Amino acid sequence: MSLRRTPFHAHHVAAGARMVPFAGFDMPVQYRGVKPEHLATRGAAGLFDVSHMGEVRVTGPKAEDSLMWLLSNAIRRLQPGGAQYNALCNEAGGVVDDVFVYRLAADDFLVCVNAANRAKDFAWMTEHDRHGATFVDEGDAWAQVAIQGPRAVDIVRALCDDEVAGLKRHRFVSRDLLGVKGVLVARTGYTGEDGFELFLPLPGQEDAVAAVWPALLELGQPHGLTPVGLGARDTLRLEAGNCLYGHELSDDTTPLQAGLGWITKLRKPGGFLGADAIEQRRHTEERVLVGFKGASKRIAREGMKVLVDGAEVGVVTSGTLGPSVGAPIGLAYVAPSVAEVDTELTIDVRGRMAPAHVVPTPFIRGS
Amino acid sequence: MNIPEDLLYTDHDEWIRVEGNVLTIGISDFAQDQLGELVHVELPEVGSELGAGDMACEVESVKAVAEVYAPVAGTVVAVNEDLEDEAEKINEDPYGSWIFKLEIDGAVEGFLDATAYAAKVS
Repeated sequence: MSLRRTPFHAHHVAAGARMVPFAGFDMPVQYRGVKPEHLATRGAAGLFDVSHMGEVRVTGPKAEDSLMWLLSNAIRRLQPGGAQYNALCNEAGGVVDDVFVYRLAADDFLVCVNAANRAKDFAWMTEHDRHGATFVDEGDAWAQVAIQGPRAVDIVRALCDDEVAGLKRHRFVSRDLLGVKGVLVARTGYTGEDGFELFLPLPGQEDAVAAVWPALLELGQPHGLTPVGLGARDTLRLEAGNCLYGHELSDDTTPLQAGLGWITKLRKPGGFLGADAIEQRRHTEERVLVGFKGASKRIAREGMKVLVDGAEVGVVTSGTLGPSVGAPIGLAYVAPSVAEVDTELTIDVRGRMAPAHVVPTPFIRGS
Repeated sequence: MNIPEDLLYTDHDEWIRVEGNVLTIGISDFAQDQLGELVHVELPEVGSELGAGDMACEVESVKAVAEVYAPVAGTVVAVNEDLEDEAEKINEDPYGSWIFKLEIDGAVEGFLDATAYAAKVS
């Protein structure tokens, strides 16, 4: 099967990016290097091609009711022009996907889903809808870029206007920009920094959309905007303590185990799919997600065992050397008895024991 | 790709400088480029005795870990402690940034010269 390409693929290749297969797409993992791209995002601004992400459009008079049932957060409280983080759960309370919901109008929602879960999520939503909304897989209809970092707001002000630059976190507006009509500009992101995400509608304006990448780099150049690949996207999200599906989240993990209680409204009117199971499982949780920081230079990686006093108590789900933290960091599922901050852990790094301790997340505070 | 003529190379992308019965060992330009930004080198201990093909140490980058092997049997007689704090020196200068020195008894045979190594990694 040949890899799919985002509208900006040719620009990545021309810039000499190292390309890797990711969720069926040929994606840039790095341009200059993970560390310089990471630090450029924290220090100024980074430009990310996230067009591989999927989108499901949910519309109709029953759209709100449908999403109230399918998703974990308070969809009814989401106003048009607002965005909200949600978990899509199964009957056992496991996470089918973590999604961001953008309410375009009273009866019109855009659900941004993980690239690898696009087909699974669309099938799940259509099969488990109780209320009769209309679901359309719009994954091919949108390109997406993220501008993240403390200077992102200056770039967006130059690109749009003061109203957009003044958007509150998790709000969005629609604008025509750089020759592309109907762009959703949202103050959202995944890096732990202030920033914006641009949803660019492709149909009928593919060429204009493709030209957005170099135009943004040129416009952002005075503000230090640098292209950033998936490598630094991962180290940035990990320092920010954000979960990544397939690592911290899975069909077997409840959102409460993953520390997503703040988006899990167990008592919302009518409940939601999976809520009963989550409620039952919460009293007997066998594991809970914690952040840890290493005291040596050894880097814990996904799948490594976590020990306390020689006994296995958990497993690492993500680990890296945090470029801004300056130390090995990671997330791990551990027994609740050893989940308290400052608990001393040992991580088995290929047979060598690496000391670490539980720390609060996020690991850093961004702009 | 930089492949100096005066070195030997292994199938695992180590380079070897032979000086009498002491081998100086590092990883090649190709290896450092494949690994990306190195963040940690787990150096072997001076005095440790290694068999041919034994793992001598690990080099870890932002995204991957690679093992470095003893190309022939011998005793580790020196390690480059500068790399403990500055693993990225291997990225900047892979042939200047040796990792360890191995004192050997036997012969150094069966490795690739620069031409053969260039053909392998091209």
